[in-house]
Amino acid sequence: MYRWLLCWRYLRTRYIALASVVSVMLGVATLVIVNSVMDGFTAEMQQRMHGILSDVIIESHSAHGLPNYQDTVAKIRQVVGEELAGITTVVHVPAMVSIDHRGETITRQINLIGIDIESYADVSDFSKYLLHPENQKRIGFDLKEDGYAPDRPGFPESGWKYRRLKAAAEKQLRAMQLAYEQEQERNRLLRAAIEASASGSSSANTAAELSVGSPVTASDLPPTPRDQADGAAEAPHDGHGLAFPELPAHLRSNDGDDAAPSGKSSSATTSPRTGATPGAEQSLPTPGPSVDAVATLDSDQAKVFDPEVDQHEGIVLGISIGSTRYRDAAGRVTDYYYVRPGDDVLVTFPSAGTSPRAINERFTVVDFYESKMSEYDATFAFVPLDKLQQYRGMSSDAVTSIQLKLRDGADLNAVRDRLRAEFPLELMVQVSTWRDLQGPLLAAVQMETTILNILLFLIIAVAGFGILATFFMIVVEKTKDIGILKSLGASGSGVASIFLGYGLLLGAFGAGVGALAGLVFVANINTVADMLETITGQEVFDPTVYYFETIPTLVQPMTVVWVVVGAVLIAVMASVLPAMRAARMHPVEALRYE
Amino acid sequence: MNSTARPIQPRKRDAIPLRVVEAAGLQPASPTPPAPAILQATDVYKSYRRNRHEVPVLRGCNFAAASGKTTAILGQSGSGKTTLLHLLGTLDAPDRGRIEFDGQRIDNLPRTARDRFRNRQLGMIFQFYHLLPEITAFQNVLLPMMIHAGFRGYLRHRRQYRQRAQELLERVGLLHRLHHKPRELSGGEMQRVAIARALVAGPKLLLADEPTGNLDRQTGQRILDLLDDLNREEGLTIVMVTHDESIAQRCDAVVHLADGKTVEV
Ligand SMILES: Nc1ncnc2c1ncn2[C@@H]1O[C@H](COP(=O)(O)OP(=O)(O)OP(=O)(O)O)[C@@H](O)[C@H]1O
Ligand SMILES: [Mg+2]
Repeated sequence: MYRWLLCWRYLRTRYIALASVVSVMLGVATLVIVNSVMDGFTAEMQQRMHGILSDVIIESHSAHGLPNYQDTVAKIRQVVGEELAGITTVVHVPAMVSIDHRGETITRQINLIGIDIESYADVSDFSKYLLHPENQKRIGFDLKEDGYAPDRPGFPESGWKYRRLKAAAEKQLRAMQLAYEQEQERNRLLRAAIEASASGSSSANTAAELSVGSPVTASDLPPTPRDQADGAAEAPHDGHGLAFPELPAHLRSNDGDDAAPSGKSSSATTSPRTGATPGAEQSLPTPGPSVDAVATLDSDQAKVFDPEVDQHEGIVLGISIGSTRYRDAAGRVTDYYYVRPGDDVLVTFPSAGTSPRAINERFTVVDFYESKMSEYDATFAFVPLDKLQQYRGMSSDAVTSIQLKLRDGADLNAVRDRLRAEFPLELMVQVSTWRDLQGPLLAAVQMETTILNILLFLIIAVAGFGILATFFMIVVEKTKDIGILKSLGASGSGVASIFLGYGLLLGAFGAGVGALAGLVFVANINTVADMLETITGQEVFDPTVYYFETIPTLVQPMTVVWVVVGAVLIAVMASVLPAMRAARMHPVEALRYE
Repeated sequence: MNSTARPIQPRKRDAIPLRVVEAAGLQPASPTPPAPAILQATDVYKSYRRNRHEVPVLRGCNFAAASGKTTAILGQSGSGKTTLLHLLGTLDAPDRGRIEFDGQRIDNLPRTARDRFRNRQLGMIFQFYHLLPEITAFQNVLLPMMIHAGFRGYLRHRRQYRQRAQELLERVGLLHRLHHKPRELSGGEMQRVAIARALVAGPKLLLADEPTGNLDRQTGQRILDLLDDLNREEGLTIVMVTHDESIAQRCDAVVHLADGKTVEV
């Protein structure tokens, strides 16, 4: 009884001892925060990985893939039985995507995935990471009219609306280019004619052709090209003539809609395609490939691809393939899009078979995929399974992998082992769970957490030495009291337990307050981060680095309990030595102590 | 006086759990004249060692205190009075010789038995009171009971113990100072609290080391009167260390301590 009384008294009268547990408090708070944030990251990451990878993945390493997947699927159903919740077949192939942006071609290495629209959603969280609300409900590879990423303020206008504007503008540009080239050609001919007439050997042919065109005189020729060049000056003359440098700027701004019609109206007046120009086209000698392209595009609407109304096969690009995240001058996090839904990209991938050839295929970007796992967002591109099989020359029965989703609570490893027995590695088939595939990453995160925990516990251990020193001082200060207690018949262990209890109370207090502070901090971590940002002007949590808008946290009660128990233990252990000293104190010497 | 002293005596046996009485082999005090020596030290040697230099304090000291009597130990400063008292109270062990209490040797008892002896059979009073500064007078008085009973035992007998502590503080005239901390008390009041604490467990023997050494004459006189009363009314054996001849004269026996030996007068 006296132990608790004195222990409590000493606690109440020696607030300095509380100072020694401040470091315990801080250590515990830090541990709680770090673990919550790490667990939050891990959980978020695992959830995403798991969502993408599904539960069990059966992959074939053969170039032909799994030849008769129906047989395999039947076998899997038989092996897995009741626990199977969903199954889908997938074709994975390494590929390269070429994106035309401002006349430059950007190439990115990607992982092209052919998915079965019907069953893929059963197995994977794919659709919830798409940007268009309709696609989130149901995967579709058709370009939507508009309405992409409604909750994303900086997202550029996308979809059919954008595609039509772009196509129109491109047409206009091509027409302007054509007109410019025609002018050039005309000038050349004119100059030749003038030179010919000057030299006396005039050509009747050229003169006749010139007369068919608009009646231009040598004096008013120069201004016309210059006017047109204003718009097309920056236009790079690459073979395709697709680029229209100012277009993105117009479209991104709000007055993009206004700018485009005005462009159209100007095209009505200057375009050689409207009205009397066909005659000129026919009469002129063909200047180059761009004229060809325009001609072919214009000639037959039924057969020829018209970007204003047609789309290529749809492709869903990982958002980091088509965009970069950066910080603008004002420090805001901004996404810059090289390509957006409605644009076309060229995808290069190997054909099936033993000697693969590169296949180039145009796709229309129909949506972005943002899982916020940078690895996936930067490499995954999805196309319909049947199209990919067709393009690659695979049989429609062949797939490269099969993804399984199991019922909740199913033992993934057991299922994997059963499947492994059925599909040995000799068949060039690998069966793995999602954890196996992401093992190194998960292990690395786990390792990091462990090391952080050890380091932070060392901090608490250091705090333990502080407690040790403080307690020694208190024991020395209380020497006389110890002598009195002993003279009254208190046992050594009784005296020791005063100080052990003291350590326990202090440790519990420090750890409790620390844990509480940590939990409060975790609950408000994003507010705190914002506050720190405004105070220091330094970004605490950089979304361009982590791909999270806010700091994810997950408080695991067991972790908190362990941290608190550990801290209390350290405090108690730190009080063992002073307590032993108190217990061993000689009563007479203690009484004589001044 | 008698009216307040009475309740203490019967309660002393009631309050103390039976096992303690058994452990100590305590017999009801017999007030018969040929008083046997309840406390006896035989040929005790004690020296302190300081820097390899041996300081002999007690050299073949003999001492006996008659049961129910007051014995004074007189001696010059540094003659070893406090040392002897500590040996008698088992706070320290003699280098040689034996110390007996109630016919039983106590100097070589195991530590826990000595702790129990001090807690139950012995009351000690010091010149500098030695109260715990952080707890109230009342709690100081309760301390031996807390030490004795343990947590659950104390809670079970709490009312009993508190009542006894209160009665003792009333006996020493400090009922109005129950919940004062020692630093809020005068020296005489502190010494009276110390006496109450020494008596709370109902000891047979009271060892007092210059209990009035730090007090003015009048206050000291009152403390000595109180001790006398306790001796007379409850048959308490008192061994008192003092410098003062006049105080020694009040006692039944006086022992002089010189050259590490005792000389009975
Ligand atoms: N721990 C110790 N170490 C060394 N010498 C000691 C120690 N304790 C006591 N002494 C010595 O033993 C001798 C006796 O001391 P003690 O305290 O018993 O004297 P005393 O008779 O009580 O004196 P006083 O009347 O002044 O209280 C002294 O000379 C003292 O110096
Ligand atoms: Mg002394």
